[in-house]
Amino acid sequence: MKQPLSKKRKIYEVLMKALMLLAVGLTAALVLFLLVYVIVKGVPNITWELLSTKPSYLTGRIGILPDILNTLYIVIATLVIVLPLGVGAAIYLTEYASNQRIVSIIEYAAEILSGIPSIIYGLVGMLLFSNNMSTCLMAGALTLVIMNLPTIMRTTQESLKTVPRSYREGAFGLGAGKWRVVRTVVLPGCVDGVITGCILSVGRILGESAALLFTAGFAHAVNGIIEGLASPGATLTVALYVYAKEQGEFGVAFAIAAILMVLTILINFATTTVQKKFAKKRS
Amino acid sequence: MRNRFDEQLFELNREIIEMGAMCEEAITSAVIALTTGDMELAAKVKNSGSMIDQMERDIEGRCMKLLLHQQPVASDLRLISAALKIVTDMERIGDQAEDISEIVTFLKGRTTQGMEMIEKMAYETIKMVTSSVDAFVKRDVELAKKVIAQDDVVDDFFSKVKCGIISLITENPADGEFALDLLMISKYFERIGDHAVNIAEWLIYYVTGTHKEV
Amino acid sequence: MNSIISVKDMCLWYGDHQALKNLNVEIPEKSITALIGPSGCGKSTFLKTLNRMNDLIPGVRITGDIRYKGADIFDKEVDVSNLRKEIGMVFQNPNPFPMSIYNNVAYGPRTHGITNKVQLDEIVERALRDAAIWDEVKDRLKKNALGISGGQQQRLCIARALAVQPTVLLMDEPTSALDPISTSRIEELILELKEKYTIVIVTHNMQQAVRVSDYTAFFLLGELVEFGRTEDIFSQPMDKRTEDYITGRFG
Repeated sequence: MKQPLSKKRKIYEVLMKALMLLAVGLTAALVLFLLVYVIVKGVPNITWELLSTKPSYLTGRIGILPDILNTLYIVIATLVIVLPLGVGAAIYLTEYASNQRIVSIIEYAAEILSGIPSIIYGLVGMLLFSNNMSTCLMAGALTLVIMNLPTIMRTTQESLKTVPRSYREGAFGLGAGKWRVVRTVVLPGCVDGVITGCILSVGRILGESAALLFTAGFAHAVNGIIEGLASPGATLTVALYVYAKEQGEFGVAFAIAAILMVLTILINFATTTVQKKFAKKRS
Repeated sequence: MRNRFDEQLFELNREIIEMGAMCEEAITSAVIALTTGDMELAAKVKNSGSMIDQMERDIEGRCMKLLLHQQPVASDLRLISAALKIVTDMERIGDQAEDISEIVTFLKGRTTQGMEMIEKMAYETIKMVTSSVDAFVKRDVELAKKVIAQDDVVDDFFSKVKCGIISLITENPADGEFALDLLMISKYFERIGDHAVNIAEWLIYYVTGTHKEV
Repeated sequence: MNSIISVKDMCLWYGDHQALKNLNVEIPEKSITALIGPSGCGKSTFLKTLNRMNDLIPGVRITGDIRYKGADIFDKEVDVSNLRKEIGMVFQNPNPFPMSIYNNVAYGPRTHGITNKVQLDEIVERALRDAAIWDEVKDRLKKNALGISGGQQQRLCIARALAVQPTVLLMDEPTSALDPISTSRIEELILELKEKYTIVIVTHNMQQAVRVSDYTAFFLLGELVEFGRTEDIFSQPMDKRTEDYITGRFG
């Protein structure tokens, strides 16, 4: 009587295993396909000329130097604003706030914020910032600040929470005031969390397109940072959209795509390395 | 909560009472042997002495173990330290009973007939020993105080006995050895009374925490 | 014995729950007072009130009078930072900061304004010597404090507390997380410290209280049941509850 039952189960086991293998295979294949396709299509188009010049209407030449610079400026501007804001808010919520209910509400609100589609940020950003300071990189940066605030806040908070309560108690017991305790005992312990949050944000900023479409503009001018922030400009992602959709320059689009892909991989790598390094230090 | 400890304390208590009973029996038998000239009984009392000694050693060992294992405090500590002192006094009572019996064998049947003072003293002493053990069993501080007071009575008897013995010697110098034996016996009774007082004092220490030198 | 901390009619509430009821006690100076009692009886809560560490817990309400050297510790004029300099604390689980041994000990003095390196060096050495750990760490002051053993970490925490030169040292079960040898080293240390400091120590270990303390306070359900010389409490306690607790019949 045992024979047929175990055979049935065996078939079932093999079938399940095969199905899961299929799932893995498909996933891996997709990723690989994407990578390979973009790189194969994009790399041949990456020339030194492309990377180092600005587009010229006269010669019909396309260069993405301004887009690279614009991306850089937006990353810097966003980080400079979002880091103090986010870290400060996280410190307040974790260390100073006494009403736990309000803290939970704020945390919940931040969670929700981080899930809102980015195009809505674009719309809001356009109405809030671009109407008041015209379309420019700064408006885009400010929009990205709102988008990334929850991320920075959350990663900093998580990090702050890993600092054991006993450290704080020890410092208070020695007569240290609240800020001194935070500055000397708590913050040093959560630097890695802040860095991780930072890197994650850079990743999001690099990849953001919808929000910037509304707020940052499409210009391809090569400017210094101050002038650049005050003027409209396309970032790499926006440029990709424009070149692909409106100008039909797929070669350039794929080139930009390849660059962005490489940057994404680098960012992932950086995050993992930082986390590993600090995990080692902690143990 | 400390069941094992409580059981051990109960055992300790039981053994002390048992030893007390043995001492009571020893001294009572010694007095009977003295008053009736029973040589056999006297011999029995002499032999029981070693059993009493053994009990003392056993109880001491038990107390040391309890101190080591249980680190007692407060009344538990007082009980165990009182126990150590009490068994010493009980053992001495046993020794004294033995010594009395030894003299009885030398007397070869001669009794203390006519020596009422000594007999009264003997019975008072028996009462003291019995009461002190009783006080311990019942944890009765009032009874213990009575025992302590009774010592005065015994001491008083001893003075009277001494006078009696002096007149015995003066009347009949040839019978001096007998008189001296009687003196020794009386002295032993007086000492037994003192040990009974000690037992009572240690009982009071255990219950109240104060050990007064009376 | 002069008392250095006086507590009168003190009560403490966590929200609606009253954790300490009508405490009255005088802590004698330059001696060791042990606080004993079953879990949850309030002895740690009481200890933490003496240096106002309970201020850090939201929802705590305290009534009554607590005086340190005659001055009300809850007075509005009181600088809590300074109070904690005078009344130091060592915790149950060793909690050295994740910094070098030197910086751990120097943390307190730096907090209170000392920046001169020569001064700090002196203070650090003296504190580590007083805590009987100088010889073991003098060659590795710059190394991370988390790299030493548990017993050493606790002595480091004691050194850290001593570095600000407190008058009173509060110790909350300082040896309960340590092995027997570390425990006995720290008990020896505590006995030595008695000459310069007043020590109040919470302990679960009755034998430790007997070995180490001059005075003992027995807490039960938020009340102070009995206070007296340790020898008296442990040979002739006056309250039956005290007797039952110390003989291990409950708790």
